[in-house]
Amino acid sequence: MPSLVLAHTRFLLIEQIRTPIGLLAAAFFPAVAMVAFVVPYAGQDAAAATTATSSLMLFGAMSSALIGLGTAVAQDREQPWSPYLRTLPAGPLPRFAGRILSTLAVMLLSVIPVLVMGALFTEAAVTPGRLLLGVGALVVAVVPFMLMGLVVGYVLAFKAAMAVAQLLFFPMAVLGGLLLPPQVLPGFVQVVSPYVPARGAAELIWWAVAGTLPEVVPLVMLAVWTVGMAVAAVWAYRRDEGRRFS
Amino acid sequence: MTVLARAIDVTRRYGEVRALDGVSLDIRAGELVGLLGPNGAGKSTLINLFTGLRRPTSGTVELLGGAPGDPVLRRGIGVTPQETGLPESQRVGEIVSFVAAHFPDHADTAELLARFGLDGLAGRQVGGLSGGQRRRLGVAPAFVGRPWKVFLDEPTTGLDVEGRRALWDGIRAFHEEGGTVLLTSHYLEEVEALAQRVVVVGHGRVLADGTMRAVRGMVGTRRVSFACDRLPELPGVLAAERVDGRADLVVSDPDRLVVELVRSGVAFSGLEIRPATLEEAFLALTASKETVDA
Repeated sequence: MPSLVLAHTRFLLIEQIRTPIGLLAAAFFPAVAMVAFVVPYAGQDAAAATTATSSLMLFGAMSSALIGLGTAVAQDREQPWSPYLRTLPAGPLPRFAGRILSTLAVMLLSVIPVLVMGALFTEAAVTPGRLLLGVGALVVAVVPFMLMGLVVGYVLAFKAAMAVAQLLFFPMAVLGGLLLPPQVLPGFVQVVSPYVPARGAAELIWWAVAGTLPEVVPLVMLAVWTVGMAVAAVWAYRRDEGRRFS
Repeated sequence: MTVLARAIDVTRRYGEVRALDGVSLDIRAGELVGLLGPNGAGKSTLINLFTGLRRPTSGTVELLGGAPGDPVLRRGIGVTPQETGLPESQRVGEIVSFVAAHFPDHADTAELLARFGLDGLAGRQVGGLSGGQRRRLGVAPAFVGRPWKVFLDEPTTGLDVEGRRALWDGIRAFHEEGGTVLLTSHYLEEVEALAQRVVVVGHGRVLADGTMRAVRGMVGTRRVSFACDRLPELPGVLAAERVDGRADLVVSDPDRLVVELVRSGVAFSGLEIRPATLEEAFLALTASKETVDA
């Protein structure tokens, strides 16, 4: 079974690497934001540069998880190749696991430019241990967004999935304090922010890379979102399976 | 002989539509069965049931003695993907190796590609293949896992004559080695060239199931229609229908029918004779069954 998961992961990775536009899209915006905002305005302050760099890494990772996974799943469902895969002697698990693993791999690739820029052009500094911890936190923090991507991908058609994923993504990223730190957000945004999953994800990552003590409400909300999205993803998957394969 | 695939009184509905209606069918080891029928007849639904993609609304479907939903049983079958859905960015060799990863025992990639006239193309991306090459790559995965039985859905649609012959040779070779084949096609000639047994489906039912010869006899039919007040007793009528004072008959020997019609002395007018298409012949067949039932 693990070799089948590997075969599916490889197959999907090849697809993504040979059509690198998705990869570029996920890496592009945070890299631009890095150059335009973080380097000139926060570059000299080590602590601010470190958290800002990690915020933009989360921004890119979230986009891979939500937009990348959501559109990939929706597109998959429209290709005759996916029913063909169901006739092969394997259950749906290897394909599913392959989808998740290849999304994670692409996500980790797409955050590298921001990381490199943070290291070269700002005072951002992190110990190897904290960097590793940060990557671990990143993987945990994107779980609810991957699940949200699955919901979008299994419920909507490709074009709708693309639009809805982006509509969900940008407000969450802004409200979560990924583009501007929460402290400088307007008052009403500060009230909403702790309840948005992006905020909890960010708190987790800031904690990992910079050691800032996280607030409790955002972390609890992150857990609540993760569970909620997991339930929704299972529902969406079963609904789709019932429509297409029962 | 062992039954490799079996449908027992299978009905499949999609909402209000009855795609299959009480179909029973046995496919035995070593058979090369052609599944013929017009679009929407239920051919694809039947294959989807046998390959585990769909479950019947009622009735039983068995594959190699078990349920087609069981992945382990599906190791024994090969299915053609739809040519239109091959992932564009993958290379030919990568697709074959990927499919092969699902089977404990699988064919050698190079040998398989050669068998389908794709030798030397292992490194080519699907997006760069010609239409004919794509079509052949659409059939090759069915044979990757050294299956006992293959389901080939419209394997030669869009192929030129040469490509079609090459593919037929490949299918025949597989069959001669003991493989079982269920093949769907729009083309009578294709089924004629390959199959020993022909199953005709229409309106979700099995209309005919027999040797090629028997079915060919059915297809060589003519449609004879004329206006008359009273339809006399006529020989060799396969199906009869009366609409608005016109009789519409499907017959195998129209000359004899006309002679008998004249001899009967019944007044008639507006005589028309035209070839019945394959589809019409089978539709007439269903219609006649319904009138017999009623």
